[in-house]
Amino acid sequence: MSATALQRIGAMVFKEVRQMLRDRGTVGMMLVMPLMQLMIFGYAINNDPRGLPMAIERGDNSVFARSIDAALRNTTYFKVTELVESPGAGEAMLQRGEVQFVVTIPPDFGRDLVRGTRPQLLVTADATDPAATGNALGAIGDAVATALGHDLIGPLAARGQSQGPVDLVIHRSYNPEGITSHNVVPGLLAIVLSMTMVMLTALSVTREVEQGTMENLLATPLRPFEVMVGKIVPYLGIGVVQLSVILLAARFLFQVPFAGPLPLLLGATLLFMVTSLGLGFTLSTLAQSQLQAMQMSFFYILPSVLLSGFAFPFRGMPGWAQTLAEVLPTTHFIRLVRGIMLKGWGLVDALPEMGVLAGMLALLGFVAVRRYQDTVA
Amino acid sequence: MVGDLPLHPPSGGPPPRDKLGEELVIDVRGLTKRFGGRTVVDAVDLGVARGRICGFLGPNGSGKTTTLRMICGLLIPDAGEGTVLGQDLRTRRSAIKARVGYMTQKFGLFSDLTIAENLEFFARVHGLDRRGERVAEALEKLGLTSRSDQLAGKLSGGWKQRLALAACVLHDPEILLLDEPTAGVDPQARREFWEQIHDLAAGGMTVLVSTHYMDEAERCHEIAYIAYGRMLARGSIAEVVAGSGLKALLGEGHLPDGTGADRLAKAIEARPGVAMAAPFGTALHVCGPDMAALHEAVAPWAETISFREASPSLEDVFIHLMRGAEDNSVVVSQ
Ligand SMILES: Nc1ncnc2c1ncn2[C@@H]1O[C@H](COP(=O)(O)OP(=O)(O)OP(=O)(O)O)[C@@H](O)[C@H]1O
Ligand SMILES: [Mg+2]
Repeated sequence: MSATALQRIGAMVFKEVRQMLRDRGTVGMMLVMPLMQLMIFGYAINNDPRGLPMAIERGDNSVFARSIDAALRNTTYFKVTELVESPGAGEAMLQRGEVQFVVTIPPDFGRDLVRGTRPQLLVTADATDPAATGNALGAIGDAVATALGHDLIGPLAARGQSQGPVDLVIHRSYNPEGITSHNVVPGLLAIVLSMTMVMLTALSVTREVEQGTMENLLATPLRPFEVMVGKIVPYLGIGVVQLSVILLAARFLFQVPFAGPLPLLLGATLLFMVTSLGLGFTLSTLAQSQLQAMQMSFFYILPSVLLSGFAFPFRGMPGWAQTLAEVLPTTHFIRLVRGIMLKGWGLVDALPEMGVLAGMLALLGFVAVRRYQDTVA
Repeated sequence: MVGDLPLHPPSGGPPPRDKLGEELVIDVRGLTKRFGGRTVVDAVDLGVARGRICGFLGPNGSGKTTTLRMICGLLIPDAGEGTVLGQDLRTRRSAIKARVGYMTQKFGLFSDLTIAENLEFFARVHGLDRRGERVAEALEKLGLTSRSDQLAGKLSGGWKQRLALAACVLHDPEILLLDEPTAGVDPQARREFWEQIHDLAAGGMTVLVSTHYMDEAERCHEIAYIAYGRMLARGSIAEVVAGSGLKALLGEGHLPDGTGADRLAKAIEARPGVAMAAPFGTALHVCGPDMAALHEAVAPWAETISFREASPSLEDVFIHLMRGAEDNSVVVSQ
């Protein structure tokens, strides 16, 4: 690259930064957005909710029934709000939405337990939001097992072994306590960056076209490639600020563990930012107006949020959705961030996903440069 | 300095010349552009010698902007060839861009940058030395030094045009392409604008300027008239008027009912041998290809109105040319 080309790129960078700084609203939004999303996804939204209202319908007053009662009250998952005696009353409360769970301890529960005839313990859950009940149901099993483990001692110990609800055990690697924010905050880095990088570039190029300034730019010796680089550099700056905000929040607000090397994460993030910028450029060459560019960006961002593994477990999706998600750069970056931060990936572990991103970058860069003409029509 | 581009064409042939032997800095032939199957510029030939001011006229949508864009390398012609500053129009577009100043029809500076910042940007992009000085000089010349921190978008129409001109001459281009630079500008500002253009041309800059104003056409050394994508007339104003073959009568006086000759426009235009009759205040301009036929056409009113031979106005000629081209296009499309 010759000195004059560098000078022209410098001119573009200078202009972009000035325009950006003058547009206080956008800059503010770019800085507030990661914070706002951190609050929403890190604090407000919780896939593992606690303190769910529960009613216990106790038809038996044995020592076992009472210790199950006590164990359920002891887990943080439930708030036992009602203790009902009459049969069917718990069900009605569930129907009205006053409680989310009803545990029914049948009459003669204690006697049957001692006899070894495996009495039923009925748990009725309001499963309209399966995500909200899944973990809690597991906790019920645990609580029952713990309670009975204390009471079935001596000659009754053999009964305890047959009672173990093995299939309800909650076991999660890398995040044994199941803290949602440990998973969400790294993913948020991918989402915030996709949103800003793609949308900002797509808008900034179409704005030049719409306002007629592109014709002036192209009438100068500026080459398309130089215009692109000149626009990318300031946005990389914004991306780095967003990265810092999220990493600092992850460390100090959410105490997310950081197991892998920081330089690797920075490298992967840089790669992802440039890929997203390339995508934004490609979109801008397709869009006729700023409005269209905005719509196209959303068209990309929505599946990025929903399918990338950020909002829902990747493996829970049907095959076609997984295939679609593989095409999105965000999916691969989310794996990289979670891998590096939570699982302690090193360069070798990260290389396959980074390779995919680099391939996408090459393709997008090629398309953008090809489509981005130095003529006006 | 104009960047990393060689100043001369690689082939290095002798520069093209017009019939008087002057160097043609714009020399294009058969320039054609189609948009979606519609031919917007159709086989346009244009040669402009160094230091000349050429007015580019034509009705709306006739292809002026498209032609200017092809000349400055912003559009690639579908057919035709030529050189600009000796550089091939098709293959040396970047080299051309570095030495041409193009002022777009629509205001195309950055409205969210200040006046000084806009100028500074163009100085940087062109890789100019003494940037600060040049920008300060340009501001001084514009009379905008005290307002240099104002946002360009907040300027009034006339000032925007002046700023746009300043921005596109900052790098001392050899050719200046101006696309309707004075549209919506007040007469005083227009006059100053034209004085500046003449100063620049006197310094050796070649100017191709599109306009809809007849008085501006008369300020040009020569004019080119395009309609429906075709070049219909070319040369000095006298040449264009003579070339049209149009004769004119000027009628002045009052009709018996006290109204002016202008009232006769409709009646006379309907007579055979009259191409058009246009009122000018209370006077009447009657044009047609044959002087004898014109005299015959106005004969019924010759008692009360005095008709004398006059030279047709440029406007008469253009309207006549445009109507002729319309007729042509109908024939062609059949
Ligand atoms: N990029 C484009 N795509 C399609 N059609 C176009 C494009 N640019 C111009 N045209 C059409 O080409 C024709 C000539 O346009 P052009 O802008 O060159 O005319 P003009 O002489 O500059 O008109 P005006 O005096 O109104 O500025 C118009 O009918 C216009 O609609
Ligand atoms: Mg035009």
